[in-house]
Amino acid sequence: MNVFVDAFAWIFSPDRLTGSLPLPTAIWQHLAFTFGSVAIAALIAIPAGWAIGHTGRGREIAVALSGAARALPSLGLVVLLVLVFGVVHKTEAAVVSFVLLAIPSILAGAYAGIEAIERTVIDAGKAVGMTPWQVLWKVEVPLGLPLLIGGLRSATLQVVATVTIAAYVGLGGLGFFIIQGIQIRNFPQILGASLLVVALALILDGVFALLQRLVVPRGVTGRAARSRPIPTAQTAVA
Amino acid sequence: MSWVLDNLDLIWSLSLDHVRQSVIPIVLGFLIAIPVGWLAWRYTPLRGTVLTTIGLLYTIPSLGLFALLAALFGIPYLSESNLIIALTIYGVAIMTRSVADGLESVDAATRSAAIAVGYGPWRRFWVVDLPLSGPVLLAGLRVTATSTISLATVGILIGVQNLGYLFTNGSQRRIIPEVLAGVVAVVVIALIVDLLLILAGRLAMPWIPRQGQERRERAAMRRLAAEGIA
Repeated sequence: MNVFVDAFAWIFSPDRLTGSLPLPTAIWQHLAFTFGSVAIAALIAIPAGWAIGHTGRGREIAVALSGAARALPSLGLVVLLVLVFGVVHKTEAAVVSFVLLAIPSILAGAYAGIEAIERTVIDAGKAVGMTPWQVLWKVEVPLGLPLLIGGLRSATLQVVATVTIAAYVGLGGLGFFIIQGIQIRNFPQILGASLLVVALALILDGVFALLQRLVVPRGVTGRAARSRPIPTAQTAVA
Repeated sequence: MSWVLDNLDLIWSLSLDHVRQSVIPIVLGFLIAIPVGWLAWRYTPLRGTVLTTIGLLYTIPSLGLFALLAALFGIPYLSESNLIIALTIYGVAIMTRSVADGLESVDAATRSAAIAVGYGPWRRFWVVDLPLSGPVLLAGLRVTATSTISLATVGILIGVQNLGYLFTNGSQRRIIPEVLAGVVAVVVIALIVDLLLILAGRLAMPWIPRQGQERRERAAMRRLAAEGIA
């Protein structure tokens, strides 16, 4: 367990506040890349997912897209886009690849949330005279929210993992210390940074798990909510 | 393009390494997940704990997991075994859920019928429960296979030679076709393995009406996508 003592010593060393990349800055970069990319991806994927769920058209695209995205190696995508955009624009290139990797999960969550609603509930909305817009905003969106949050959760964890890897192209973030640690053969540094990345992922996962519970609309019984498997901890691997 | 033609040998030998490093975790993950998934399905009190633990494992970013495995179990950090063990853990994480869901999908009446005609628990599991879970297992296995193959490329960061080499080498030498070739090779291998799994499913489960099977697979895939085991 000595290695863990060394790793914590590395994390809490006063040296972490100075140097070329102070630890708090790296954590901040990691979070900023993650949330920025997920936010951009959400702006694109949520409306598209809702449109697919509401109209029932294009669902094959959503399924095919999430399948294809799984096969795409994230390290390869980041490196490829950095080379194509040019090293000067490596930040933009990396963000584009994070966004591309985040879109399928969010799209699937937005679409599956609506798909999972029983038809009779939607028909009831129409029967009481709701317009299609009202059905979307007052029935489909609120009821689909837990699965949408599930999609955002997967996307966030996927991006956290990919940002770590993207340190390879010099993006900063917590992965910087792991990549640098490998080069200079400093295992306490590798383990310390790894522990921080893992902690970051677990904390974000916990926050989303909480959020998923909170967004179940009042009036939807626990039974109905539970009959659909509410996603527990998921994705991330990249 | 000329880079690719000049280096076909390299791409081929890296592909072979890549397939070896991916197939072991896919098979191991499947085999380990069967008893674990069965436990989670059979003993309801265990279910929550097992599935949550498994889910948390999947939350761990790969580049973080390598160091944890090295520190906890003394596996050499920069080694192929570290990559294979990490990939196996992710495989178990995906497949355990599929096994539990698959067993859950077996019609209770069918199970009762098997008990009625005198099948003991052991034989019932192998002859009734497991085969009837097939479609859900297959969907899970396809997800596991695809993500394992694409994830294996991260191995190059801990010094393991596979198609990921084309990413780091291409990045250092700024050869776009090299990186692109790596991405394409990974996707093609994932696609071939996926098709082989579908084919194996057809051969192993001829009793499933094709249409129904596809629908069930799609439904399972969609659920996996929604749950984000992506």
